[in-house]
Amino acid sequence: MKLKTLILTAASSAFIALPALAQEMTIVSWGGAYTKSQINAYHTPYSEMTGVTIINDDSAAEAVAKLRAMNEAGNVTWDVVDVVAADAIRLCDEGLAMEIDPDTQLADAPDGTKASEDFGDLIVSDCFIPQIVYSTTFGYRTDMVGDTPPTDVCAVFDTATYPGKRSLEKRPINNMEWALICDGVAKDDVYDVLATAEGQQQALDKLATIKDDVIWWSAGADTPQLLADGEVVMGSTYNGRLFSVIEEQNQPVAMLWDAQVFDLDGWIIPTGLSPERQARALDYVKFATDTQRLADQAKYISYGPARKSSAPLVGKHATLGIDMAPHMPTDPDNAKNTFLYNYVFWADFRDDIDAKFQAWLAQ
Amino acid sequence: MTDVQASGPVLAADGRPLKRSLARALRRQKLRALMLIAPLLFFVAITFVIPIGSMLFRSIENNIVGDTLPETVLAIASWDSASGELPDEEVYAAFVRDMIVAVKNKTHTRLGSRLNYELAGISSMFRQSGRQVRKWDPVEDAPFRDKLIDVHKGWGEVSTWALIQTYSGPYTSGYFLNAVDLQLTPEGIKLQPEEKRILIKLFIRTLVMSLIITGACILLGYPVAWLLANLPTRKANLLLILVLLPFWTSLLVRTSAWKVMLQQQGVINDVLVWLGFVADDSRLIMINNQFGTIVAMTHILLPFMILPMFSVMQTIPPSYLRAAKSLGATNWTAFWRVYFPQSIPGIGAGCILVFILSIGYYITPEIVGGTKGVFISNRIAYHISSSLNWGLAAALGTILLVVVLMLYWAYDRIVGIDNVKLG
Repeated sequence: MKLKTLILTAASSAFIALPALAQEMTIVSWGGAYTKSQINAYHTPYSEMTGVTIINDDSAAEAVAKLRAMNEAGNVTWDVVDVVAADAIRLCDEGLAMEIDPDTQLADAPDGTKASEDFGDLIVSDCFIPQIVYSTTFGYRTDMVGDTPPTDVCAVFDTATYPGKRSLEKRPINNMEWALICDGVAKDDVYDVLATAEGQQQALDKLATIKDDVIWWSAGADTPQLLADGEVVMGSTYNGRLFSVIEEQNQPVAMLWDAQVFDLDGWIIPTGLSPERQARALDYVKFATDTQRLADQAKYISYGPARKSSAPLVGKHATLGIDMAPHMPTDPDNAKNTFLYNYVFWADFRDDIDAKFQAWLAQ
Repeated sequence: MTDVQASGPVLAADGRPLKRSLARALRRQKLRALMLIAPLLFFVAITFVIPIGSMLFRSIENNIVGDTLPETVLAIASWDSASGELPDEEVYAAFVRDMIVAVKNKTHTRLGSRLNYELAGISSMFRQSGRQVRKWDPVEDAPFRDKLIDVHKGWGEVSTWALIQTYSGPYTSGYFLNAVDLQLTPEGIKLQPEEKRILIKLFIRTLVMSLIITGACILLGYPVAWLLANLPTRKANLLLILVLLPFWTSLLVRTSAWKVMLQQQGVINDVLVWLGFVADDSRLIMINNQFGTIVAMTHILLPFMILPMFSVMQTIPPSYLRAAKSLGATNWTAFWRVYFPQSIPGIGAGCILVFILSIGYYITPEIVGGTKGVFISNRIAYHISSSLNWGLAAALGTILLVVVLMLYWAYDRIVGIDNVKLG
């Protein structure tokens, strides 16, 4: 008798739990300050509006591998995933992300401009819904560079004027481009040169001139920590991380915007969702990428909104009260000399150059 | 015995031959025992053997080419890549027919990324061509050779088609060859170009550094285990907690703590500079190199060495040492001839644990290893999560597994696995 009641209770509670489950969605992002900005700008208002509970998962760094595994197992547990554009292209290539039509599935700008036009070139893949523009750039210790603070990215290779360690990311992307520019290659020719074995060797040779002075990082938090500890005189990382070191932690660090590399981050929706989950994911993404929401996110983190129509709405930081516009990588003063991550090139050459780069590192 | 009929086989109480009856009872017992462990066997098979087996199988599996381009694979089989001439129109037509289907199923880009592991640039050839091919009709738009070459000049190169031909089979040795710095080319097996050879070096480094770490653990752990085994119980328990305490702390926290200790502006360097042993501008470099990896991993793996040693040493009666000394042995002789041989099973168990754990270590070398202190597992992790070359990752993992099994076998031959005790 007792067992029977137990089973009945368990069964009935399972039925009660079902509709509650249906009102949950799992959103995958990068964690830290970035996820916090998304919670403030998107998740909380969306939950208030619709009653959907949002579960955050911070596995964006392994999103492609995990989605592939989920897809093979036939059980996709994520509803919306925040990835960098290069990963969105790979997910699209592998058939793991669904294609989106911006004009019918995303919100128009307030003045009626179609989404495809509002995002413009930033829609780099059929599956990708752009969210922010961020950049990988250098920060330096203002108290360790003497009276002539660096203004040029080639200061990284100038160990005579700026002695001390530098931190660079432990991968070829961005480093190879900077090395070639500082070795005298014109900006427009960089990828043509890098597509040849000689060009790759040229870049590695240039990097070899500072190899003993480099600490290689693999997590975005490494350079801010190394700068704060005074371990390095300058180092590359994402501009939002440097903003937090400079403005929120008041460390003696300044930005070197020269030759910053723009990259995009945005949403994808996995394939293989049930129709109602897919509809909800689309509904969320439409809400979270409208003009006002993208501008709201910039109150919490210094990444530029991906819509043209959002730029004029960017205001002050939510707690510090400082103007956010001058801290955006896309601000005209900061964007005098920029690169856009070359997705097509790196999709082709990433495996090849990475093997060479890692072999070079291990020498 | 002349009368066979009279003696006959011995019968059980129910009249059946005793031998058969006994065998049956034994079989039933065995079956019952098997039933008892069945849940565990089932669990191990489902959660361990099958997933690992299927992962290892990926190291030779190569169905993707034949599945995506079935007609092309058939048509290209008769083409001789050494002739230096492009395959004929038939191959191009078969390829376009395959591509039209593949584009519809969105599998062409997946094949592109697979082949891109072997030849840089193929990935975008498939992506670009996919956009054009979907507009073509396999009959009306023929011939296709020049059209395809117009879409991407890569289709006009012999090397592209030779690569497809080389990798057209359902199984390939390519991943294993890549894993040992070789490559499978249309002309046969070749060495990787020198600037891409890294994996053999990493395998050797992983083994050598794991040995050093195991050795360091023995040197540091032995005295501690001895102390633990010979102190009064109350003090020994306190000390044991000190050994276990770091064991309960997160791996990441312990590794990051070493970063704080060892970096150039870190605690150790600061103290040395303050004491005047080291000049401020020549601070020691103790992290982001092999030294950092060895220090941090020795610290992390030390409990795995101390605990088996401790539990073995506890069973050695102290009276043996006293007896040796009373028979005239010096302290050293008594230790070396009497105590040490009895503690070897503990050392053996500790060594196996530490060595096998350190061979597969990944996160600590990644954080403190810099460029020269990373292990083969870091490359496996890269190929699993970043490059998505799961075939190569599986081949590397298989090789690592085989190496460990071989070392285990060698250990068994030299030391004897029966000579290992965990307590």
